[in-house]
Amino acid sequence: MSDVVEKTLTALPSLLSLDSQPGAAKLSSTSKLGNLIRGITELTSKHEEEKLIHRELASIKEQVSSPNTSMRQMKELMVRAIYCESLGYEASFSYIHAIKLAQQGTGLEKRVGYLAVSLFLNENHELLLLLVNTVLKDLQSTNLIEVCMALTVVSQMFPKDMIPAILPLVEEKLNHPKEIIRRKAVLALYKFYLIAPNQVQHIHNKFRKALCDKDPGVMTASLHIYLQMIQENAEGYKDLTASFVSILKQVVGGKLPIDFNYHSVPAPWLQIQLIRILSLLGKNDQRTSEIMYEVLDESLRRAEMNHNITYAILYECVKCIYTIHPKSDLLEKAAKCIGNFVLSPKINLKYLGLKALTYVIQQDPKLALQHQMTIIECLDHPDLIIKRETLELLFRITNTQNVVVIVEKMLEFLRMSTDDYTTIDLVGKVAELAEKYPSDCVCFSYKNYTYAPDNEWFIETMNTVFSLSGDTMQPDIPNSFLKLLSEGFESVEEDRKLRLFAVDSYVTLLKGETGKLPQFFLQVISWVLGEYSHLSEELKPATVLELLQKLLDRKQTSSETKSWALMAMTKLCEGRAGVSVAQQVSETYISSMDTVLRQRAQELQHLSQDSELRARVLPRDADLEPLEVDSSLSFLDGFVSEALAAGAAPYKPPHQRQEELSQAKVLSLEPYGLSLPISMSSCSIADRQSPTLLSMSSGLSGDSTDLSHKGGSTTLKFEGVKRVWGKEGYLAQKESVEEAVQVEAPSPLRSTSQQAEVVGSHSQTPTLTPTPEPEQEKQQLASSLFFGISSQSSVCLMGKSGPTPQRFRRKAKGQSSSSGATEQMSNSVVFTSTTVDNLLCNNPPDSTITSEVDVSSSKHTSELPQGLTAANGTCDIEAELTDSDLKGSSPPLSGDNGLENADPDPHENLDKPQGVCLSSHLPAELSGLCRSEITPLCTLQNLDLSACHVHREDTIVLVVFITNSSDSAVQHIRLDLDSELLEVSCVSESPAKDVRSVAVYLYSLTVRRPAVHVELAGTVSYQVPVGTPQTAQFSYKLPLTAFIRPLTVSTEEYGTMWLAFSHDTKQNLTLINDGQEPLVATLNVLRKKLQLHVVEVIGVEGILACKLLQDQPCLMHFRVHEGALAVWLRSPVPDLPDCLIYHCQRALQEH
Amino acid sequence: MQKKSKTLLLLIHQLLCIYQFNYHLRKMRFLLLFSRQGKLRLQKWFTPISEREKKKIIRDMTNMVLARQPRSSNFLDWKDLKIIYKRYASLYFCLAIESQENELLALEVIHRYVELLDKYFGNVCELDIIFNFEKAYFILDEFLMGGEIQETSKQIVNRCIESSDMLQEDDNSEWYEVELFG
Repeated sequence: MSDVVEKTLTALPSLLSLDSQPGAAKLSSTSKLGNLIRGITELTSKHEEEKLIHRELASIKEQVSSPNTSMRQMKELMVRAIYCESLGYEASFSYIHAIKLAQQGTGLEKRVGYLAVSLFLNENHELLLLLVNTVLKDLQSTNLIEVCMALTVVSQMFPKDMIPAILPLVEEKLNHPKEIIRRKAVLALYKFYLIAPNQVQHIHNKFRKALCDKDPGVMTASLHIYLQMIQENAEGYKDLTASFVSILKQVVGGKLPIDFNYHSVPAPWLQIQLIRILSLLGKNDQRTSEIMYEVLDESLRRAEMNHNITYAILYECVKCIYTIHPKSDLLEKAAKCIGNFVLSPKINLKYLGLKALTYVIQQDPKLALQHQMTIIECLDHPDLIIKRETLELLFRITNTQNVVVIVEKMLEFLRMSTDDYTTIDLVGKVAELAEKYPSDCVCFSYKNYTYAPDNEWFIETMNTVFSLSGDTMQPDIPNSFLKLLSEGFESVEEDRKLRLFAVDSYVTLLKGETGKLPQFFLQVISWVLGEYSHLSEELKPATVLELLQKLLDRKQTSSETKSWALMAMTKLCEGRAGVSVAQQVSETYISSMDTVLRQRAQELQHLSQDSELRARVLPRDADLEPLEVDSSLSFLDGFVSEALAAGAAPYKPPHQRQEELSQAKVLSLEPYGLSLPISMSSCSIADRQSPTLLSMSSGLSGDSTDLSHKGGSTTLKFEGVKRVWGKEGYLAQKESVEEAVQVEAPSPLRSTSQQAEVVGSHSQTPTLTPTPEPEQEKQQLASSLFFGISSQSSVCLMGKSGPTPQRFRRKAKGQSSSSGATEQMSNSVVFTSTTVDNLLCNNPPDSTITSEVDVSSSKHTSELPQGLTAANGTCDIEAELTDSDLKGSSPPLSGDNGLENADPDPHENLDKPQGVCLSSHLPAELSGLCRSEITPLCTLQNLDLSACHVHREDTIVLVVFITNSSDSAVQHIRLDLDSELLEVSCVSESPAKDVRSVAVYLYSLTVRRPAVHVELAGTVSYQVPVGTPQTAQFSYKLPLTAFIRPLTVSTEEYGTMWLAFSHDTKQNLTLINDGQEPLVATLNVLRKKLQLHVVEVIGVEGILACKLLQDQPCLMHFRVHEGALAVWLRSPVPDLPDCLIYHCQRALQEH
Repeated sequence: MQKKSKTLLLLIHQLLCIYQFNYHLRKMRFLLLFSRQGKLRLQKWFTPISEREKKKIIRDMTNMVLARQPRSSNFLDWKDLKIIYKRYASLYFCLAIESQENELLALEVIHRYVELLDKYFGNVCELDIIFNFEKAYFILDEFLMGGEIQETSKQIVNRCIESSDMLQEDDNSEWYEVELFG
């Protein structure tokens, strides 16, 4: 403290000497405020400070209420009051005077008044209502500064309900001749948009005007609104893409006044705002993305100066490039950029690089490999935030192979963490990982130990998680853990082992020091022991009872835990010894103050005496018979209808109440809490066995009066938690394993080049030769961390570091050796695909890799048997073919192969001879199915290629027709298809070889990644007897709707699925109004056009479901709201909702 | 059946509401200035927060930031937010942003604010801010608004402040308006 005083004193002379700076009003140190401040710095104790401030406040209070105080004095007093408040002393008496000062003061006094108001009051303070009149007056003032002040305070804080009062005035200011006023008006409207979007809906076109404003400041301000609006509905603003691009181009090109430069970078904030907008617009939209490639490239190129602000811009560019429709050379540049960040010695940049890497890692896991050594180093970084971000990154790339190591790293971090928030977050993540990969027994080597993510690992990890998390854990973690245990996995034997292991481990824990175990964990232990301790043969119930009794006797045990323990004892009290213990315990607790405990004690007492009743109430393995839970609470229907009949208000959902209230201009409500409802379903695992549920359900029936009003704040929580490993969740997990297979299974042809690449990048690191001990450890760690991502690289690393030479070694010579090498591979997932076909068909996920490799041999090459001569073609086909020859060359590929609606008769289109002709070549099993028009793909000298897609129940079949229009034989026809978004597998070549003029190829297609349209690229090559080989390229485009099939689910299933899906999108669509009920009509159109399943329609709402082949569901919720159709889509597949909503919109537009 | 699905739809609505509320969070949450001794010099809250919560945040921030090791990054995790801090002489500037925001940019927001203060006060020091904190607030209000950048041009911000300073000397506001609005 004393050195502060000293410094202040030495600084005083300079303060007192007036300098010529125009703004530096340093005189104030002689003022009363100056005295106050100096007085406080001279004090030595908190107590003295308090005394001084209270004295000060008393004097301020006296003066402000005196009628003789002038406004100028008032201003001075107000500044002092602000100072006292900021020291943490309340000066609420001055609030009203601050408002008065804003009202009556002029110039600077007014300004101080407004400042004091904005510092003293928050948005919800009731005194703010008194400010409305002042603001109104100032908005109409002819003094521009007063208008500015009013607009400033309005955009900082304004009562939501009073917005209509000033809205017209603020709107008027959008046309003000002074740009500063326009800018502030735009910002005020932005604020209104945030807190009450409905009220500014009518001025959207004025926002456009602001966007076109000649002043860059006003334009920049309007971008805040646009960013927000585009975030909510990107589709509606696609038309502005070109404008944003051209603005960005001008900014990047330095067209703005030099004044906007920041460290000689032109308007960086504006640039970043624009890039963010572009990334929202270009997401999943190839056409829009194409418009912005050039300017993004330019931004990347221009931002080369070595300054934080350029790095900030680069970071946004990289994020944008990975968000929009991919373009390979931009991706390459972005990846390089990330590399520069990550490798930078500057710690801030390194952090940002890791953050960017975390963002892009899912699209491009290869990038993690390039930087694996850096990532490993960052794991041990002294700065916690870097460590944390690295863990986040690893969390994203977890797979069955590296889960053990990653979880260990996370636990390591947890042990050191002191921050509750981090602990909760990480504990959740570890638990998620542990539950995701528990039973895949994949062994691998790390530090000469063999770890297996198996039962033991799972239980031990969960033990650590429970004991580390303290009592801060989210309750759904123990719940889902118990659910997992009780529902079990695949085999009964495995389940038994798992439970047994849990029991053994818990008994050991209880025998040790239990003092530090969190209550949650003790509850879990109690439940597991009660339920499963009978599985262990050597464990006697008496021993368990004794342990539980010990637990009960401990002082630290909370009463909730005690009730769990009592419940467990109830399940276990067998035999004479058991009964006597039970009696003893129940006597202790039967008179407990806690009613729940008393209840449990009663139960224990009665059930221990009547073993028959006990067996009926608490059967062993109760989980075998699924319990019916009435999640809709229909048992309350009677109660609800009675209450309604008695005049109670019907239930209204919260948002409706909110709207009504805001219409009624009532003061605003409390904001909703952000926490998601906690699951009761996951707690229902314990159902009858769990003591909490019993008490909860009794609680439910107890306050059911509230129930109908509170919007189910307690009741509707039933299925709130995403089940990681439940019966439903299990499927999803399967899918992810399959995905992993696709990622991992390498094409042998690819591995050569990749290995070379990895070797190359590896040799840059100095760790290669000779490998020192810690480095070697790091490399081992790296290989175990990054194993699943690409097996090649681990080959390389493992090969160099030595200790496990054979295990992952894999020669990249091709098919023969790869099948030989599989013998040793313990990893069933990666290496079981022994057949050549399998390896070939698993396309690598990243097309950029494949394009580097010899394409023709890696793809589905089907070679036509020599021939395809067209010598003796039947006459009529021949004739039609020449006809088609003429037509075939001209029509361009229609963008959107519209479906001919399921007409079994292929001859419907008689006016399209080619189609008719070719459709007769459709294989018998495909004719009669719904298919698209046959469209020509390309025409060569002698060959015509056409294609169509046929909708089958479970798949999409692409049919390619190759028509030979010449007389000469065509040899060596090869057809290669490739697509980034699609999985293509060859079904058959031309089935009938005697049709010499037309060859038919069938491919089945599966969507790898949803996009609005999916495109196939292909090459055809052939040879005529005399002449050089010919090749031609073509492409074929399908709408995503071709892959959509109805998904038949019940409303209940829909409900469970809805909550489990994480990707969603929302938008408003237009309703169709043609006579009948608009919702039904609209839904019908959508159902027909997109092949959806209508689950149910109730009143103004409807729910629909569909799936993307194969088995990737998407749920849709429609609601009529203010004449529009509010649509909300959810799916487990990223991008699927966005793509579908696009098609919904199109379908309705076309209608 | 009808009833059941109704309940379900209600549930969906409820979730919808939560979802909408998440939308409206501000990008910057608060800005604190405090000295090396942990004395608060300036505080700006961009979202409504109760007084008690404010006090707790201020305590947390000063403790965390002052305890940082030298040569670590300028960023910190705090709850679901990122704290960006930078020290200028004896004063720490500490800005809280949402975690998906751009940390480097936030660092430059701080720097730009310091530049603005510097331009106004002329070689700004902690004492300027202590004795003229209301001016520091005025500058901040012209620069940031409701958690967003309002104006990045140095000249424009300064012209605003200086012209309102003139108000003090002369209440007839005609001539400096010419100054302010060009």
